[in-house]
Amino acid sequence: METSAPDMQRAPAAAPRTAPNPEPNGSEILIRCLQAENVRYLWGYPGGAVLYIYDALFKQTTIEHVLVRHEQAAVHAADGYARATGEVGVALVTSGPGVTNAVTGIATAYMDSIPMVIVTGQVPTPAIGLDAFQECDTVGITRPIVKHNFLVKDVRDLALTMKKAFHIARTGRPGPVVVDVPKDVSMATAPFHYPATIEMRSYNPVRKGHGGQIRKAVQLLLGAKRPYIYTGGGVVLGNASAELRALVDLLGVPCTNTLMGLGAFPASDPKFLGMLGMHGTYEANMTMQHCDVLLAVGARFDDRVIGNPKHFASVERKIIHIDIDPSSISKRVRVDVPIVGDVKDVLQELAVQIREAAARPDVKALSAWWSQINEWRKRDCLAFAASDTVIKPQHVVDTLWQLTKGRDTYITSDVGQHQMWAAQYYRFEEPRRWINSGGLGTMGVGLPYAMGIKLARPEADVFCITGEGSIQMCIQELSTCQQYKTPVKIVSLNNRYLGMVRQWQQIDYGGRYSHSYMDALPDFVKLAEAYGHVGIRIDKPSEVEPALREAIRLKDRTVFLDVQTDPTENVWPMVKAGQGISEMLLGSEDL
Amino acid sequence: MKHIIAVLLENEPGALSRVVALFSARGYNIETLTVAPTEDPSLSRMTIVTTGSDEVIEQITKHLNRLIEVVKVVDLTEGAYTERELMLIKLRAVGKERDEMKRMAEIFRGRIIDVTEKSYTVELTGAAAKLDAFLEAIDKAAILETVRTGSSGIGRGERILRV
Repeated sequence: METSAPDMQRAPAAAPRTAPNPEPNGSEILIRCLQAENVRYLWGYPGGAVLYIYDALFKQTTIEHVLVRHEQAAVHAADGYARATGEVGVALVTSGPGVTNAVTGIATAYMDSIPMVIVTGQVPTPAIGLDAFQECDTVGITRPIVKHNFLVKDVRDLALTMKKAFHIARTGRPGPVVVDVPKDVSMATAPFHYPATIEMRSYNPVRKGHGGQIRKAVQLLLGAKRPYIYTGGGVVLGNASAELRALVDLLGVPCTNTLMGLGAFPASDPKFLGMLGMHGTYEANMTMQHCDVLLAVGARFDDRVIGNPKHFASVERKIIHIDIDPSSISKRVRVDVPIVGDVKDVLQELAVQIREAAARPDVKALSAWWSQINEWRKRDCLAFAASDTVIKPQHVVDTLWQLTKGRDTYITSDVGQHQMWAAQYYRFEEPRRWINSGGLGTMGVGLPYAMGIKLARPEADVFCITGEGSIQMCIQELSTCQQYKTPVKIVSLNNRYLGMVRQWQQIDYGGRYSHSYMDALPDFVKLAEAYGHVGIRIDKPSEVEPALREAIRLKDRTVFLDVQTDPTENVWPMVKAGQGISEMLLGSEDL
Repeated sequence: MKHIIAVLLENEPGALSRVVALFSARGYNIETLTVAPTEDPSLSRMTIVTTGSDEVIEQITKHLNRLIEVVKVVDLTEGAYTERELMLIKLRAVGKERDEMKRMAEIFRGRIIDVTEKSYTVELTGAAAKLDAFLEAIDKAAILETVRTGSSGIGRGERILRV
């Protein structure tokens, strides 16, 4: 990919330094740390406090810097890259407003436990605390939304701090780490030494699960009459998809994924019940409420998944919970067998012990359980009324899936109705292909996520399923896509409403559509063209498939599909906030 | 129920604020909090007195452990422990009050550490409940000023918290 700056920009500054300093400065140390961590891409935005770092970037060739149009997108893009690859995503922003713009991105990564290192410029150490230009308390502002953060006050601590930052970001329950580097630290020199390994007495994440607890889990699973496996983002983050598939096959039990867990178990497998939760399938939620043994893996029983915790706990079931983070266990729901450990290790160990156990799964009970589940499946809760005149959003996602299945395709989304339709109607077969903001629910992530993924996976198609509301929150990144030739496909389900808000207003607020109508929308086709991309407006259902084919055919172009969808369509099934997960509305007839 | 949680953490800038921020962000109570470096200056030891249900206390200890700079966490109230708190209390001591205040300080094994014509300042050490009892025993109108350190706790006998 040709992304280097024009030569005429590079020439004047490329003059050799007259007296090379034997010791690197903080900025060069920082770059060497990133190189030692095999960082290939860095998303960022320059500013006063990071000028030395940008100068050091200029003098190297191994790390490609992507200049975004807003710091929020730098963090999202690096986050998307991390989600797709499993590597640590790295972003670089300047002090003050650079940091505050990055905050939404950092919080988004934190809520979904994404490994990231965010390097932030800071005013020079003597100016800290004096309300200097572009100063903010970065460590204070980001403290609640990072796994950890550092302020580096001495250049001699920089390399070790970076080592710690990468170590903390990628081990245990992953998360973003902020390293705040004052300008004088990035200028001062020091010897460079990057340790190969690091030991921290205060940070030693558990890997192996407790043997006794695993034995209890095996007993429960083999004795179960109505078992169920519920898995979340932890299985994706822990690269444990193969182990999960093996265990489900071994036991022959039903499996569901959370929004963050989709792809960990193949959607085409008959043992997959679809996503569960607020917009989960009828069968996934009914199975949750009627199982007698629940194995939760890398999931956290959050409010969008289990609904009202009192309703959830109103039935008898034994719960086994595997998670790398002890504080996720027994947080919202009391569990019977907690297993703290790496999900990959624990799932492997469970499978080994199940194979070795004398007991076998209760085939007769399982058969009855599957009969019941298949009854629930007959409700066909994701069926939708097709139309020849108005474009149904479900039809768009379904068509996209039909056209791309069997090819390596990445789907990002923003937040709202389109996100739920993407999760429901695109059937994910592999982990790390479904990239969205589940925890924080950040509108605007879709395009920067797609941009970050496209750099990591240039051969794959990357689609951003979005809406006309969300896409406008980071639409400036169309410019970045042009500069760095990252051709992504934007499928904007344009219903002229902030659809999920409108849906709640229809159902819970008496149809008073307070400020959820998007008037004065831009002409997205012209907008895409203004950025140098291809824009296509789709008004009729018959145009959907040809337009999607055209977008795929234009392999090297960013394509913006402005799909005019049914403004009244709602996401079904739905569990209203505060209700139990089996108290589902299956369609407008249930209102 | 009241719990006394002892925490060993890296003696680094910002470590205290991470602990305090955790309590406020998650809505946990802090009744008292004391912190100072240990005999090993790279470590600080903190005693947090808090209240909450068993579930809340479990989450508090888990979240404290999750902080990168926290090395060890022990809920002292799960076993045998002792706690001590220091209070300095300035009492009005005029006329016949002077004998009364001196007598009260002696009963509670306090020490008078500052004397003026009109006041005594008493230093009193003990479990928080003992300090409360002293305040109860003194005429409210005679209390001019109090300052308390918050409790420090330590396990009894072989219960040792160290790296």
